Amino acid sequence: MIGFTYKRATSVAEAAAIAAHTNDSKFIAGGTNLLDLMKLQVETPTYLIDINDLGLDKIQPTTDGGLRIGALVRNTDLAANEIVRRDYAVLSRALLAGASAQLRNQATTSGNLLQRTRCPYFYDTNMPCNKREPGSGCSAIGGYSRQHAIVGVSDSCIATHPSDMAISMRVLDATVETVRPNGSTRTIPIAELHRLPGNTPHIEHTLETGELITAVILPKPVGGIHIYRKVRDRASYAFALISVAAIVQRDGTGRVAVGGVAHKPWRVEEAERNMHRGAKALTAGVLANARTTPDNAFKVLLVERTIGSVLNEAKV
Amino acid sequence: MTEFNPSRRKFIQTTAVTSGVAIVAKLAPEAEAKSVLKPQQATQPAKVNILLRVNGSEHQIMIDPRTTLLDALRERLYLTGTKKGCDQGQCGACTVIVDGRRITSCLTLAVMQEGHDITTIEGLGTPTNLHLMQAAFIKHDGYQCGFCTPGQICSAVAMLDEIKAGIPSHVTTNLNKRPEMTNIEFRERMSGNICRCGAYSNIQEAIAEVAGVRT
Repeated sequence: MIGFTYKRATSVAEAAAIAAHTNDSKFIAGGTNLLDLMKLQVETPTYLIDINDLGLDKIQPTTDGGLRIGALVRNTDLAANEIVRRDYAVLSRALLAGASAQLRNQATTSGNLLQRTRCPYFYDTNMPCNKREPGSGCSAIGGYSRQHAIVGVSDSCIATHPSDMAISMRVLDATVETVRPNGSTRTIPIAELHRLPGNTPHIEHTLETGELITAVILPKPVGGIHIYRKVRDRASYAFALISVAAIVQRDGTGRVAVGGVAHKPWRVEEAERNMHRGAKALTAGVLANARTTPDNAFKVLLVERTIGSVLNEAKV
Repeated sequence: MTEFNPSRRKFIQTTAVTSGVAIVAKLAPEAEAKSVLKPQQATQPAKVNILLRVNGSEHQIMIDPRTTLLDALRERLYLTGTKKGCDQGQCGACTVIVDGRRITSCLTLAVMQEGHDITTIEGLGTPTNLHLMQAAFIKHDGYQCGFCTPGQICSAVAMLDEIKAGIPSHVTTNLNKRPEMTNIEFRERMSGNICRCGAYSNIQEAIAEVAGVRT
Protein backbone atom coordinates (compact mmCIF):
# COMPACT_ATOMS: atom_id res chain seq x y z
CA MET A 1 0.00 0.00 0.00
CA ILE A 2 1.38 3.41 -0.83
CA GLY A 3 1.16 6.22 1.72
CA PHE A 4 -1.92 8.39 1.99
CA THR A 5 -3.37 11.16 4.08
CA TYR A 6 -6.42 10.07 6.06
CA LYS A 7 -9.26 12.44 6.81
CA ARG A 8 -12.55 11.76 8.54
CA ALA A 9 -15.10 14.00 6.80
CA THR A 10 -17.75 15.59 8.99
CA SER A 11 -20.24 16.65 6.31
CA VAL A 12 -21.24 15.65 2.79
CA ALA A 13 -20.22 19.11 1.50
CA GLU A 14 -16.79 18.79 3.11
CA ALA A 15 -16.26 15.30 1.69
CA ALA A 16 -17.20 16.38 -1.84
CA ALA A 17 -15.07 19.55 -1.61
CA ILE A 18 -11.97 17.66 -0.47
CA ALA A 19 -12.47 15.13 -3.26
CA ALA A 20 -12.82 17.87 -5.87
CA HIS A 21 -9.65 19.66 -4.79
CA THR A 22 -7.41 16.70 -4.07
CA ASN A 23 -5.80 14.66 -6.80
CA ASP A 24 -5.90 10.90 -6.40
CA SER A 25 -8.37 10.99 -3.53
CA LYS A 26 -10.87 8.24 -2.75
CA PHE A 27 -13.87 8.01 -0.48
CA ILE A 28 -13.68 5.10 1.92
CA ALA A 29 -16.79 3.57 3.50
CA GLY A 30 -16.68 -0.13 4.45
CA GLY A 31 -13.28 -0.54 2.84
CA THR A 32 -13.80 -4.22 2.03
CA ASN A 33 -12.91 -3.81 -1.64
CA LEU A 34 -10.83 -0.62 -1.67
CA LEU A 35 -8.34 -1.73 1.00
CA ASP A 36 -7.92 -5.06 -0.73
CA LEU A 37 -7.06 -3.23 -3.97
CA MET A 38 -4.80 -0.76 -2.17
CA LYS A 39 -2.75 -3.60 -0.67
CA LEU A 40 -2.12 -4.87 -4.20
CA GLN A 41 -1.50 -1.33 -5.47
CA VAL A 42 -4.27 -1.71 -8.00
CA GLU A 43 -5.75 1.36 -6.32
CA THR A 44 -3.21 3.97 -5.24
CA PRO A 45 -5.04 6.90 -3.65
CA THR A 46 -2.85 9.43 -1.83
CA TYR A 47 -5.79 10.86 0.11
CA LEU A 48 -8.52 8.82 1.82
CA ILE A 49 -11.73 10.57 2.80
CA ASP A 50 -13.56 8.53 5.43
CA ILE A 51 -17.30 9.08 4.91
CA ASN A 52 -18.54 6.87 7.75
CA ASP A 53 -19.52 9.79 10.00
CA LEU A 54 -21.80 11.62 7.56
CA GLY A 55 -25.07 10.30 8.99
CA LEU A 56 -25.95 8.57 5.71
CA ASP A 57 -26.93 5.36 7.48
CA LYS A 58 -30.72 5.71 7.66
CA ILE A 59 -33.49 3.85 5.85
CA GLN A 60 -36.57 6.05 5.54
CA PRO A 61 -39.91 5.86 3.67
CA THR A 62 -40.26 8.47 0.92
CA THR A 63 -43.33 10.68 0.51
CA ASP A 64 -44.49 8.73 -2.55
CA GLY A 65 -44.45 5.34 -0.86
CA GLY A 66 -40.90 4.32 -1.75
CA LEU A 67 -37.81 3.86 0.35
CA ARG A 68 -34.70 6.00 0.73
CA ILE A 69 -31.62 3.96 1.63
CA GLY A 70 -28.68 5.97 2.96
CA ALA A 71 -25.44 5.33 1.11
CA LEU A 72 -23.73 4.14 4.29
CA VAL A 73 -26.38 1.60 5.33
CA ARG A 74 -24.51 -1.66 5.87
CA ASN A 75 -25.49 -4.62 3.71
CA THR A 76 -26.58 -6.57 6.82
CA ASP A 77 -28.88 -3.78 8.00
CA LEU A 78 -30.41 -3.31 4.56
CA ALA A 79 -31.08 -7.04 4.16
CA ALA A 80 -32.61 -7.20 7.64
CA ASN A 81 -34.77 -4.09 7.34
CA GLU A 82 -38.41 -4.99 7.92
CA ILE A 83 -39.76 -2.96 4.97
CA VAL A 84 -37.12 -4.34 2.60
CA ARG A 85 -37.85 -7.92 3.66
CA ARG A 86 -41.59 -7.40 3.17
CA ASP A 87 -41.83 -5.17 0.09
CA TYR A 88 -38.48 -5.52 -1.70
CA ALA A 89 -37.61 -9.14 -0.89
CA VAL A 90 -35.51 -9.53 -4.04
CA LEU A 91 -33.12 -6.95 -2.53
CA SER A 92 -32.87 -8.79 0.80
CA ARG A 93 -32.31 -12.06 -1.00
CA ALA A 94 -29.62 -10.63 -3.27
CA LEU A 95 -27.74 -9.08 -0.34
CA LEU A 96 -27.88 -12.28 1.67
CA ALA A 97 -26.54 -14.26 -1.29
CA GLY A 98 -23.45 -12.03 -1.42
CA ALA A 99 -20.13 -12.23 0.43
CA SER A 100 -19.91 -13.46 4.04
CA ALA A 101 -21.62 -12.21 7.19
CA GLN A 102 -18.44 -10.39 8.24
CA LEU A 103 -18.22 -8.56 4.93
CA ARG A 104 -21.94 -7.72 4.90
CA ASN A 105 -21.48 -6.15 8.34
CA GLN A 106 -18.81 -3.84 6.89
CA ALA A 107 -19.89 -3.25 3.31
CA THR A 108 -22.12 -0.29 2.50
CA THR A 109 -24.85 0.36 -0.05
CA SER A 110 -22.88 2.82 -2.17
CA GLY A 111 -19.65 0.88 -1.80
CA ASN A 112 -21.40 -2.23 -3.04
CA LEU A 113 -22.57 -0.35 -6.15
CA LEU A 114 -19.10 1.01 -6.86
CA GLN A 115 -17.06 -2.10 -6.09
CA ARG A 116 -14.62 -3.15 -8.78
CA THR A 117 -14.66 -6.31 -10.86
CA ARG A 118 -13.15 -9.52 -9.50
CA CYS A 119 -11.51 -10.37 -12.83
CA PRO A 120 -8.29 -12.10 -11.70
CA TYR A 121 -6.24 -10.20 -14.29
CA PHE A 122 -7.44 -6.87 -12.90
CA TYR A 123 -5.99 -7.95 -9.55
CA ASP A 124 -2.74 -9.32 -10.95
CA THR A 125 -0.45 -6.34 -11.48
CA ASN A 126 1.94 -8.51 -13.49
CA MET A 127 -0.63 -8.97 -16.26
CA PRO A 128 -1.92 -6.54 -18.88
CA CYS A 129 -5.37 -5.15 -18.07
CA ASN A 130 -7.09 -2.27 -19.86
CA LYS A 131 -9.15 -1.53 -16.79
CA ARG A 132 -6.09 -1.17 -14.54
CA GLU A 133 -3.63 0.17 -17.13
CA PRO A 134 -5.57 1.66 -20.06
CA GLY A 135 -4.08 0.51 -23.37
CA SER A 136 -2.09 -2.39 -21.91
CA GLY A 137 -4.40 -5.07 -23.33
CA CYS A 138 -6.88 -7.60 -21.96
CA SER A 139 -5.49 -10.81 -20.50
CA ALA A 140 -8.93 -12.35 -20.04
CA ILE A 141 -9.64 -12.39 -23.77
CA GLY A 142 -7.84 -15.55 -24.80
CA GLY A 143 -7.03 -16.24 -21.16
CA TYR A 144 -8.93 -17.96 -18.36
CA SER A 145 -12.41 -16.51 -18.76
CA ARG A 146 -14.88 -18.85 -17.09
CA GLN A 147 -16.22 -16.07 -14.83
CA HIS A 148 -16.37 -13.41 -17.50
CA ALA A 149 -19.03 -11.44 -19.32
CA ILE A 150 -21.05 -12.66 -22.30
CA VAL A 151 -23.09 -9.58 -23.19
CA GLY A 152 -22.11 -5.95 -23.65
CA VAL A 153 -18.47 -6.97 -23.96
CA SER A 154 -15.82 -5.22 -26.05
CA ASP A 155 -12.43 -6.03 -27.50
CA SER A 156 -10.92 -4.14 -24.56
CA CYS A 157 -12.61 -5.85 -21.63
CA ILE A 158 -14.86 -8.78 -20.72
CA ALA A 159 -15.00 -8.16 -16.96
CA THR A 160 -18.24 -8.48 -15.01
CA HIS A 161 -19.72 -6.29 -12.31
CA PRO A 162 -19.64 -8.56 -9.25
CA SER A 163 -22.51 -7.12 -7.18
CA ASP A 164 -25.61 -9.15 -6.32
CA MET A 165 -27.30 -6.15 -4.69
CA ALA A 166 -27.04 -4.05 -7.85
CA ILE A 167 -28.81 -6.72 -9.93
CA SER A 168 -31.81 -6.60 -7.62
CA MET A 169 -31.79 -2.79 -7.55
CA ARG A 170 -31.87 -2.81 -11.34
CA VAL A 171 -34.98 -4.98 -11.33
CA LEU A 172 -36.51 -2.64 -8.72
CA ASP A 173 -35.83 0.44 -10.91
CA ALA A 174 -33.81 2.14 -8.18
CA THR A 175 -32.31 5.59 -8.60
CA VAL A 176 -29.07 6.86 -7.12
CA GLU A 177 -28.96 10.23 -5.37
CA THR A 178 -25.67 12.11 -5.39
CA VAL A 179 -24.01 15.35 -4.32
CA ARG A 180 -21.56 16.94 -6.74
CA PRO A 181 -18.45 18.83 -5.61
CA ASN A 182 -20.20 22.16 -6.32
CA GLY A 183 -22.89 21.16 -3.83
CA SER A 184 -25.65 20.45 -6.37
CA THR A 185 -27.57 17.20 -6.15
CA ARG A 186 -28.88 14.91 -8.87
CA THR A 187 -30.50 11.52 -9.26
CA ILE A 188 -29.29 8.88 -11.69
CA PRO A 189 -31.40 5.86 -12.70
CA ILE A 190 -29.42 2.76 -11.77
CA ALA A 191 -29.57 1.69 -15.42
CA GLU A 192 -27.39 4.71 -16.22
CA LEU A 193 -24.97 4.51 -13.28
CA HIS A 194 -22.72 1.78 -14.66
CA ARG A 195 -21.15 1.88 -18.10
CA LEU A 196 -20.33 -0.81 -20.62
CA PRO A 197 -16.58 -1.26 -21.13
CA GLY A 198 -16.30 -0.07 -24.76
CA ASN A 199 -12.73 1.12 -25.26
CA THR A 200 -12.64 2.82 -21.84
CA PRO A 201 -13.13 -0.05 -19.38
CA HIS A 202 -11.29 1.96 -16.70
CA ILE A 203 -14.28 4.34 -16.56
CA GLU A 204 -16.92 2.22 -14.87
CA HIS A 205 -19.64 4.65 -13.91
CA THR A 206 -21.12 8.01 -14.85
CA LEU A 207 -20.26 9.84 -11.63
CA GLU A 208 -18.07 12.94 -11.88
CA THR A 209 -14.79 13.21 -10.00
CA GLY A 210 -15.66 13.87 -6.38
CA GLU A 211 -19.37 13.15 -6.84
CA LEU A 212 -20.63 11.32 -3.77
CA ILE A 213 -23.55 8.89 -3.65
CA THR A 214 -25.75 9.87 -0.70
CA ALA A 215 -28.67 7.46 -1.11
CA VAL A 216 -30.41 4.87 -3.23
CA ILE A 217 -34.13 5.47 -3.76
CA LEU A 218 -36.51 2.58 -4.33
CA PRO A 219 -39.84 3.44 -5.96
CA LYS A 220 -43.16 2.35 -4.50
CA PRO A 221 -43.32 -1.46 -4.13
CA VAL A 222 -44.67 -3.25 -7.21
CA GLY A 223 -45.82 -6.42 -5.43
CA GLY A 224 -45.37 -9.75 -7.18
CA ILE A 225 -43.20 -12.68 -6.27
CA HIS A 226 -39.59 -11.71 -5.62
CA ILE A 227 -36.85 -14.22 -6.40
CA TYR A 228 -33.07 -13.94 -6.47
CA ARG A 229 -31.37 -17.09 -7.70
CA LYS A 230 -27.60 -17.21 -7.63
CA VAL A 231 -25.63 -20.01 -9.29
CA ARG A 232 -22.08 -20.38 -8.03
CA ASP A 233 -19.29 -22.89 -7.55
CA ARG A 234 -20.05 -23.42 -3.87
CA ALA A 235 -23.23 -23.03 -1.85
CA SER A 236 -22.12 -19.98 0.10
CA TYR A 237 -19.56 -17.18 -0.01
CA ALA A 238 -18.70 -17.20 -3.71
CA PHE A 239 -19.25 -14.79 -6.56
CA ALA A 240 -21.97 -15.65 -9.03
CA LEU A 241 -21.34 -17.55 -12.21
CA ILE A 242 -24.71 -16.12 -13.13
CA SER A 243 -27.63 -14.84 -11.08
CA VAL A 244 -31.23 -14.00 -11.86
CA ALA A 245 -33.30 -11.36 -10.09
CA ALA A 246 -36.97 -11.56 -10.93
CA ILE A 247 -40.27 -10.03 -9.93
CA VAL A 248 -43.14 -12.05 -11.35
CA GLN A 249 -46.77 -10.91 -11.16
CA ARG A 250 -49.79 -13.18 -10.82
CA ASP A 251 -50.70 -12.66 -14.50
CA GLY A 252 -47.31 -13.96 -15.64
CA THR A 253 -45.83 -10.58 -16.52
CA GLY A 254 -42.79 -9.33 -14.72
CA ARG A 255 -39.21 -8.13 -14.73
CA VAL A 256 -35.89 -9.92 -14.86
CA ALA A 257 -32.27 -8.82 -14.50
CA VAL A 258 -29.22 -11.02 -14.81
CA GLY A 259 -25.93 -10.88 -12.94
CA GLY A 260 -22.51 -12.33 -13.71
CA VAL A 261 -22.94 -11.78 -17.44
CA ALA A 262 -22.00 -8.15 -18.06
CA HIS A 263 -20.01 -5.10 -17.01
CA LYS A 264 -23.20 -3.76 -15.42
CA PRO A 265 -26.46 -5.15 -14.04
CA TRP A 266 -28.04 -6.60 -17.18
CA ARG A 267 -31.70 -6.03 -17.95
CA VAL A 268 -33.45 -5.83 -21.32
CA GLU A 269 -36.91 -4.38 -20.71
CA GLU A 270 -38.22 -5.17 -24.23
CA ALA A 271 -37.43 -8.84 -23.71
CA GLU A 272 -39.68 -8.95 -20.65
CA ARG A 273 -42.73 -8.85 -22.95
CA ASN A 274 -41.84 -12.47 -23.69
CA MET A 275 -41.92 -13.59 -20.08
CA HIS A 276 -45.24 -15.42 -20.51
CA ARG A 277 -43.70 -17.38 -23.43
CA GLY A 278 -41.21 -19.04 -21.13
CA ALA A 279 -37.51 -19.12 -20.41
CA LYS A 280 -36.24 -19.85 -23.91
CA ALA A 281 -37.99 -16.91 -25.54
CA LEU A 282 -37.20 -14.60 -22.64
CA THR A 283 -33.51 -15.56 -22.53
CA ALA A 284 -33.17 -15.17 -26.31
CA GLY A 285 -34.11 -11.52 -25.86
CA VAL A 286 -32.12 -10.91 -22.67
CA LEU A 287 -28.93 -12.41 -24.08
CA ALA A 288 -29.34 -11.30 -27.70
CA ASN A 289 -25.96 -10.78 -29.41
CA ALA A 290 -24.13 -12.68 -26.68
CA ARG A 291 -20.41 -13.01 -27.39
CA THR A 292 -18.91 -15.86 -25.44
CA THR A 293 -15.49 -17.43 -25.01
CA PRO A 294 -14.94 -21.22 -25.00
CA ASP A 295 -14.61 -20.93 -21.19
CA ASN A 296 -17.86 -19.09 -20.51
CA ALA A 297 -20.18 -20.23 -23.34
CA PHE A 298 -21.98 -22.41 -20.78
CA LYS A 299 -23.44 -19.27 -19.22
CA VAL A 300 -26.01 -18.84 -22.02
CA LEU A 301 -27.69 -22.16 -21.25
CA LEU A 302 -27.18 -21.64 -17.52
CA VAL A 303 -29.08 -18.34 -17.68
CA GLU A 304 -31.90 -19.94 -19.69
CA ARG A 305 -32.27 -22.84 -17.26
CA THR A 306 -32.02 -20.61 -14.20
CA ILE A 307 -34.68 -18.28 -15.59
CA GLY A 308 -36.78 -21.38 -16.30
CA SER A 309 -36.38 -22.54 -12.74
CA VAL A 310 -37.22 -19.09 -11.39
CA LEU A 311 -40.37 -18.81 -13.53
CA ASN A 312 -41.42 -22.25 -12.32
CA GLU A 313 -40.88 -21.28 -8.70
CA ALA A 314 -42.98 -18.14 -9.25
CA LYS A 315 -45.91 -20.26 -10.44
CA VAL A 316 -46.03 -22.38 -7.31
CA MET B 1 5.93 -4.22 27.19
CA THR B 2 9.19 -4.85 25.40
CA GLU B 3 9.99 -5.66 21.80
CA PHE B 4 7.51 -8.07 20.24
CA ASN B 5 9.51 -11.06 19.10
CA PRO B 6 7.48 -14.17 18.37
CA SER B 7 9.49 -17.34 18.36
CA ARG B 8 8.00 -18.74 15.13
CA ARG B 9 9.13 -15.70 13.13
CA LYS B 10 12.61 -15.97 14.59
CA PHE B 11 12.64 -19.63 13.64
CA ILE B 12 11.69 -18.89 10.03
CA GLN B 13 14.33 -16.16 9.77
CA THR B 14 17.00 -18.46 11.16
CA THR B 15 15.97 -21.27 8.83
CA ALA B 16 16.14 -18.98 5.81
CA VAL B 17 19.64 -17.85 6.67
CA THR B 18 21.02 -21.31 7.35
CA SER B 19 19.41 -22.83 4.25
CA GLY B 20 21.60 -20.58 2.16
CA VAL B 21 22.01 -20.00 -1.54
CA ALA B 22 19.46 -22.40 -3.00
CA ILE B 23 16.52 -20.53 -1.47
CA VAL B 24 17.86 -17.13 -2.51
CA ALA B 25 18.13 -18.31 -6.11
CA LYS B 26 14.59 -19.66 -6.01
CA LEU B 27 13.21 -16.38 -4.69
CA ALA B 28 14.86 -14.26 -7.38
CA PRO B 29 12.13 -14.50 -10.08
CA GLU B 30 9.50 -13.53 -7.53
CA ALA B 31 11.49 -10.50 -6.47
CA GLU B 32 11.79 -9.48 -10.11
CA ALA B 33 8.06 -9.84 -10.66
CA LYS B 34 7.35 -7.64 -7.67
CA SER B 35 9.46 -4.84 -9.13
CA VAL B 36 6.64 -3.91 -11.53
CA LEU B 37 4.71 -2.56 -8.53
CA LYS B 38 4.83 1.19 -8.25
CA PRO B 39 7.64 2.39 -6.02
CA GLN B 40 6.76 3.51 -2.54
CA GLN B 41 6.12 7.20 -2.23
CA ALA B 42 9.32 9.06 -1.46
CA THR B 43 7.75 10.81 1.48
CA GLN B 44 6.02 8.62 4.01
CA PRO B 45 2.71 9.93 5.36
CA ALA B 46 2.71 11.47 8.80
CA LYS B 47 1.84 9.09 11.60
CA VAL B 48 -1.41 9.70 13.39
CA ASN B 49 -2.27 9.49 17.03
CA ILE B 50 -5.32 7.32 17.67
CA LEU B 51 -7.20 5.94 20.63
CA LEU B 52 -8.34 2.33 20.25
CA ARG B 53 -10.79 0.78 22.70
CA VAL B 54 -10.08 -2.94 22.81
CA ASN B 55 -11.58 -5.43 25.25
CA GLY B 56 -12.63 -2.55 27.50
CA SER B 57 -9.16 -0.92 27.68
CA GLU B 58 -8.09 2.22 25.89
CA HIS B 59 -4.80 2.35 24.01
CA GLN B 60 -3.24 5.53 22.66
CA ILE B 61 -0.92 4.70 19.77
CA MET B 62 0.96 6.56 17.03
CA ILE B 63 0.49 4.66 13.78
CA ASP B 64 0.98 4.88 10.06
CA PRO B 65 -2.54 5.41 8.66
CA ARG B 66 -1.99 2.38 6.41
CA THR B 67 -2.09 0.05 9.43
CA THR B 68 -5.04 -2.32 9.30
CA LEU B 69 -6.95 -2.97 12.50
CA LEU B 70 -5.53 -6.50 12.35
CA ASP B 71 -1.91 -5.31 12.27
CA ALA B 72 -2.55 -2.73 14.98
CA LEU B 73 -4.00 -5.42 17.26
CA ARG B 74 -1.18 -7.87 16.64
CA GLU B 75 1.90 -5.74 16.15
CA ARG B 76 1.14 -2.73 18.34
CA LEU B 77 -1.13 -4.02 21.10
CA TYR B 78 0.45 -7.51 21.06
CA LEU B 79 -2.98 -9.11 21.00
CA THR B 80 -1.82 -11.99 18.83
CA GLY B 81 -4.90 -14.14 19.40
CA THR B 82 -6.40 -12.57 16.27
CA LYS B 83 -4.76 -14.31 13.34
CA LYS B 84 -3.63 -13.13 9.91
CA GLY B 85 -4.61 -15.77 7.38
CA CYS B 86 -5.15 -14.40 3.88
CA ASP B 87 -5.09 -10.66 4.69
CA GLN B 88 -7.76 -10.13 2.03
CA GLY B 89 -11.03 -10.87 3.77
CA GLN B 90 -11.48 -14.36 2.41
CA CYS B 91 -10.57 -16.67 5.28
CA GLY B 92 -12.10 -15.10 8.40
CA ALA B 93 -9.11 -15.88 10.67
CA CYS B 94 -8.91 -12.18 11.62
CA THR B 95 -12.56 -11.91 12.66
CA VAL B 96 -13.11 -9.57 15.61
CA ILE B 97 -16.27 -8.04 17.03
CA VAL B 98 -16.76 -4.28 16.63
CA ASP B 99 -19.77 -2.69 18.34
CA GLY B 100 -21.32 -6.15 18.58
CA ARG B 101 -20.82 -6.98 14.90
CA ARG B 102 -18.23 -9.42 13.56
CA ILE B 103 -15.93 -8.01 10.90
CA THR B 104 -12.69 -9.00 9.18
CA SER B 105 -10.05 -6.85 10.85
CA CYS B 106 -7.74 -7.10 7.81
CA LEU B 107 -10.17 -5.07 5.69
CA THR B 108 -10.48 -2.02 7.89
CA LEU B 109 -7.93 0.56 8.93
CA ALA B 110 -7.15 1.07 12.60
CA VAL B 111 -7.76 4.82 12.16
CA MET B 112 -11.30 4.05 10.98
CA GLN B 113 -12.05 2.20 14.21
CA GLU B 114 -11.34 5.04 16.62
CA GLY B 115 -14.36 5.50 18.88
CA HIS B 116 -15.61 1.95 18.41
CA ASP B 117 -15.71 -0.95 20.87
CA ILE B 118 -13.44 -3.73 19.66
CA THR B 119 -13.57 -7.22 21.14
CA THR B 120 -10.93 -9.82 20.30
CA ILE B 121 -10.63 -13.44 21.38
CA GLU B 122 -8.61 -12.21 24.40
CA GLY B 123 -11.65 -10.18 25.48
CA LEU B 124 -14.11 -13.05 25.22
CA GLY B 125 -12.49 -15.23 27.84
CA THR B 126 -9.26 -16.19 29.58
CA PRO B 127 -7.67 -19.61 30.18
CA THR B 128 -9.08 -19.61 33.70
CA ASN B 129 -12.42 -18.08 32.76
CA LEU B 130 -13.38 -19.39 29.34
CA HIS B 131 -16.24 -18.04 27.29
CA LEU B 132 -18.95 -20.67 26.81
CA MET B 133 -18.04 -20.88 23.13
CA GLN B 134 -14.35 -21.43 23.92
CA ALA B 135 -15.23 -24.21 26.35
CA ALA B 136 -17.54 -25.81 23.78
CA PHE B 137 -14.81 -25.74 21.11
CA ILE B 138 -12.48 -27.57 23.50
CA LYS B 139 -15.15 -30.09 24.48
CA HIS B 140 -16.09 -30.88 20.88
CA ASP B 141 -12.55 -30.67 19.50
CA GLY B 142 -13.56 -27.85 17.17
CA TYR B 143 -10.11 -27.42 15.67
CA GLN B 144 -7.00 -29.23 14.59
CA CYS B 145 -4.12 -26.79 14.02
CA GLY B 146 -6.00 -24.02 15.82
CA PHE B 147 -5.06 -21.17 13.50
CA CYS B 148 -8.61 -20.33 12.42
CA THR B 149 -10.04 -20.95 15.90
CA PRO B 150 -9.97 -17.42 17.39
CA GLY B 151 -11.76 -16.15 14.26
CA GLN B 152 -14.20 -19.05 14.34
CA ILE B 153 -15.05 -18.38 17.98
CA CYS B 154 -15.46 -14.60 17.60
CA SER B 155 -17.57 -15.24 14.51
CA ALA B 156 -19.71 -17.89 16.22
CA VAL B 157 -20.42 -15.70 19.24
CA ALA B 158 -21.51 -12.75 17.09
CA MET B 159 -23.38 -15.07 14.72
CA LEU B 160 -25.68 -16.33 17.48
CA ASP B 161 -26.38 -12.70 18.41
CA GLU B 162 -27.28 -11.97 14.79
CA ILE B 163 -29.87 -14.76 14.80
CA LYS B 164 -31.24 -13.50 18.13
CA ALA B 165 -31.50 -10.01 16.60
CA GLY B 166 -33.63 -11.45 13.79
CA ILE B 167 -31.14 -10.89 10.98
CA PRO B 168 -32.04 -13.29 8.14
CA SER B 169 -29.59 -15.37 6.10
CA HIS B 170 -29.42 -16.89 2.63
CA VAL B 171 -31.05 -20.09 3.93
CA THR B 172 -33.82 -18.43 5.95
CA THR B 173 -36.98 -19.78 4.30
CA ASN B 174 -39.40 -17.04 5.28
CA LEU B 175 -37.97 -13.53 5.36
CA ASN B 176 -40.93 -12.27 7.34
CA LYS B 177 -40.45 -14.66 10.25
CA ARG B 178 -37.67 -14.68 12.81
CA PRO B 179 -34.76 -16.89 11.75
CA GLU B 180 -34.36 -20.06 13.78
CA MET B 181 -31.40 -21.59 15.58
CA THR B 182 -30.74 -24.53 13.28
CA ASN B 183 -27.61 -26.24 12.02
CA ILE B 184 -28.47 -25.21 8.48
CA GLU B 185 -28.50 -21.58 9.59
CA PHE B 186 -25.21 -21.99 11.50
CA ARG B 187 -23.47 -23.52 8.51
CA GLU B 188 -24.54 -20.79 6.09
CA ARG B 189 -23.74 -18.01 8.55
CA MET B 190 -20.28 -19.40 9.33
CA SER B 191 -19.23 -19.62 5.66
CA GLY B 192 -16.92 -16.63 6.10
CA ASN B 193 -14.64 -18.67 8.34
CA ILE B 194 -12.54 -21.21 6.51
CA CYS B 195 -10.97 -24.17 8.36
CA ARG B 196 -8.40 -25.90 6.20
CA CYS B 197 -8.07 -28.75 8.69
CA GLY B 198 -11.77 -29.40 8.06
CA ALA B 199 -13.00 -29.34 11.65
CA TYR B 200 -16.36 -28.03 10.47
CA SER B 201 -18.55 -30.78 11.91
CA ASN B 202 -16.99 -30.38 15.36
CA ILE B 203 -17.23 -26.59 15.15
CA GLN B 204 -20.90 -26.99 14.34
CA GLU B 205 -21.41 -29.25 17.35
CA ALA B 206 -19.74 -26.68 19.61
CA ILE B 207 -21.95 -23.91 18.27
CA ALA B 208 -25.07 -26.05 18.54
CA GLU B 209 -24.30 -26.80 22.18
CA VAL B 210 -23.91 -23.13 23.07
CA ALA B 211 -27.09 -22.33 21.15
CA GLY B 212 -28.93 -25.12 22.95
CA VAL B 213 -29.73 -26.95 19.70
CA ARG B 214 -29.63 -30.74 19.35
CA THR B 215 -27.35 -31.97 16.57
